[in-house]
Amino acid sequence: MPATNNAFVKFSDVQKTYDGETLVVKNLNIDIAKGEFLTLLGPSGSGKTTTLMMLAGFEAPTQGWILLEGRSIDNMPPHKRNIGMVFQNYALFPHMTVEENLAFPLKVRKLGKTDIEARIKRALDMVRLGAYAKRRPGQLSGGQQQRVALARALVFDPKLVLMDEPLGALDKQLREQMQLEIKHIHEDLGVTVVYVTHDQSEALTMSDRIAVFNDGVIQQLAGPAELYEQPRNAFVAQFIGENNQLSGKVVALNGTTCEVEIPGAGNVRALAINVEAVGRPTVLSLRPERVKLNPSPGSLPNVFDARVAEVIYLGDHVRTRVSVCGHDDFVVKLPNSDGAVQVEPGAAITIGWKMEDCRALDAP
Amino acid sequence: MATMAVQMAGKADRVPLRTKLQRVERRRKLRAFALVLPLLLFILVAFVMPIGRMMFNAVYDDTLLTLMPRTMAALSDWDGKDLPGESAYAALAEDLKQAWTQRTAGAIGKRMNYELPGARSEVMSSARKASMLSVGPYKTALIEINPIWGQHEVWSLLKRGTSAHTAYYLLRSVDYQYGADSEIVTAPPENAIFRDIFMRTLEISVSVTLATLILGFPVAHLLATLPLKTSNLLLMMVMLPFWTSLLVRTTAWAVLLQQHGVVNDVLMALHLISQPAELIYNRVGTIVAMTYIQLPFTLLPIYSVMKTISPSLVSAARSLGAGPFYAFWKVYFPLTLPGISAGGLLTFILCLGYYITPALVGGPRDQMISYFVARYTNEELNWGMASALGAILLTVTLLLYYVFGKLVDADRVKMG
Repeated sequence: MPATNNAFVKFSDVQKTYDGETLVVKNLNIDIAKGEFLTLLGPSGSGKTTTLMMLAGFEAPTQGWILLEGRSIDNMPPHKRNIGMVFQNYALFPHMTVEENLAFPLKVRKLGKTDIEARIKRALDMVRLGAYAKRRPGQLSGGQQQRVALARALVFDPKLVLMDEPLGALDKQLREQMQLEIKHIHEDLGVTVVYVTHDQSEALTMSDRIAVFNDGVIQQLAGPAELYEQPRNAFVAQFIGENNQLSGKVVALNGTTCEVEIPGAGNVRALAINVEAVGRPTVLSLRPERVKLNPSPGSLPNVFDARVAEVIYLGDHVRTRVSVCGHDDFVVKLPNSDGAVQVEPGAAITIGWKMEDCRALDAP
Repeated sequence: MATMAVQMAGKADRVPLRTKLQRVERRRKLRAFALVLPLLLFILVAFVMPIGRMMFNAVYDDTLLTLMPRTMAALSDWDGKDLPGESAYAALAEDLKQAWTQRTAGAIGKRMNYELPGARSEVMSSARKASMLSVGPYKTALIEINPIWGQHEVWSLLKRGTSAHTAYYLLRSVDYQYGADSEIVTAPPENAIFRDIFMRTLEISVSVTLATLILGFPVAHLLATLPLKTSNLLLMMVMLPFWTSLLVRTTAWAVLLQQHGVVNDVLMALHLISQPAELIYNRVGTIVAMTYIQLPFTLLPIYSVMKTISPSLVSAARSLGAGPFYAFWKVYFPLTLPGISAGGLLTFILCLGYYITPALVGGPRDQMISYFVARYTNEELNWGMASALGAILLTVTLLLYYVFGKLVDADRVKMG
């Protein structure tokens, strides 16, 4: 058993396979701090839910350790872990009232009747459902059921709460409202939350840190801003937010910057983030809102001729698809502010960007 | 202005709109009714009417009323004390003469025989001798011909025949009968068998229902939780017996369970027993064979309910601190109750009517009520008794169905 340290939850070299051939989770190492809101973000099949289920105790790691408050929990069944969990489909007990659902974890723990009542009241007030105590889950709306599930996972004061895509079944408006509600409850209670989602805007809204999963591996573990501004590799750049990708070949490498040749278009100067050596292929990542339209000559290091292919009006900004450097899916976001340049499809323009906004990443 | 116009239109349209809706609804209802009509007629003719007729047979018997009209008329003002007067005897003599010539004395005798064992031959001989009587006084003459006509209980029986409605068959079905003065008394031990048989029917049905529940519940759970491919294969194996006739399957049990059958041979070969066990023609054989036949009927409703229970509910219970058994008992099991009650009820009600299986693999002490219904219908031709037993069985079944229905309904409301 490895030496314990002061992380609240620690995954140490965890692997998981279901069929003995392919690893669903490969060599996972995460430290989760007490009181942190950590989101496991990734496409389906990336291993994020498996990771959550191993923490909850419904799946056992094939290799490695999971430590909770410094103690290994590998041999601890789910009901002894004292971890609250909110399920994707709420998993409220349909044959019990809201009140009885909330009383369930308290009765298991053999709490006194008055204590149980007080805790139920407090938990229902927290999610603003005090008037619904006697209802059955079937008589509540999706959002209300979600809140009950949240209250039930918190009513027994667990130190750690796991949430498995809890907002997946709600419509967009309700989902955004619930995101803020969960965030505020987390801030008020100071409970540690591990949250699983495939929705990147949800992850950005709520998390202290986000672990981006792909193919059983954490691609990057960082705060929301860092993840968006400084993606470590092409997958993260592509998965978080909108992203333009240009493939090319490294022709010069000077410390933190490099020069990349785009076939048939010329050279681009970019930050060398994840490039191997001169002569190797690379993918340039560029956020659509960082691209300038018709820059004054000499103001930017990277300027290219382009042709407008499509213009989509979206209210707060105009999404413009241009063809440049042999790519015709290059997107430029133009803010809809005073004096914004109006473009017409078919128009010949120039576009440019700063070297700092262009990151040379690994070629997939 | 525009809003006003809309409101006006709405108001003016309200009545025609409702009428229009009714017209459309009526057409839809007629269509639905026409689709159901053939089956409805079939059920009416082939199910409701025979059952209604049968129920009616249980309380209606006009044998004496039609075959002995004069006696019945003469007895209508008899006070039931002592013996009736000369006029009743004269009417009886006339009726017996007529019965002799029309060869209906047998039917009269048979009907009287139900309540007075041995009466049949007495009536036959009386009729033959009465046909030779020509002048009164008939009272002494008839009593001389056969002393039964001097017995008070015989006249009580005839007096009861003046009404076409009789409770006799129903009383017999629960081990009561009429005494000498038409009072209701418990039947003598040799006739008091039906309460026992009803209890036995309930006992076997309850045992089989419990056995199928205990055996079926875990399998249903397995079916509901296995991957679809495996569970489909298993489900097919559960359904397999439906493709073979009940008679064949029951006979197969006779092969397995008989004294030198497969089961006994195996047990003996393994030296688990030294003598063949009595496995057939007794209660064991009956319950084993019936349980086997009823298992799918109990299992399938439970399975279909279990399919709808999300596995995350048990996971949720576990994460909330419940151990495996507590989670099962407080969360999973209550959710399967609608299936358990539906499957259990189905099996229980089907068991109540079992006839072939107990007849083939049961002993004389394992025959259920249907066996006696069949015997009275086919062998003894006593349709009154068959109807009365059937009517009681039907009433008990409907009552149970109602009670279970209430329970399941209450459960469904709780599920909200």
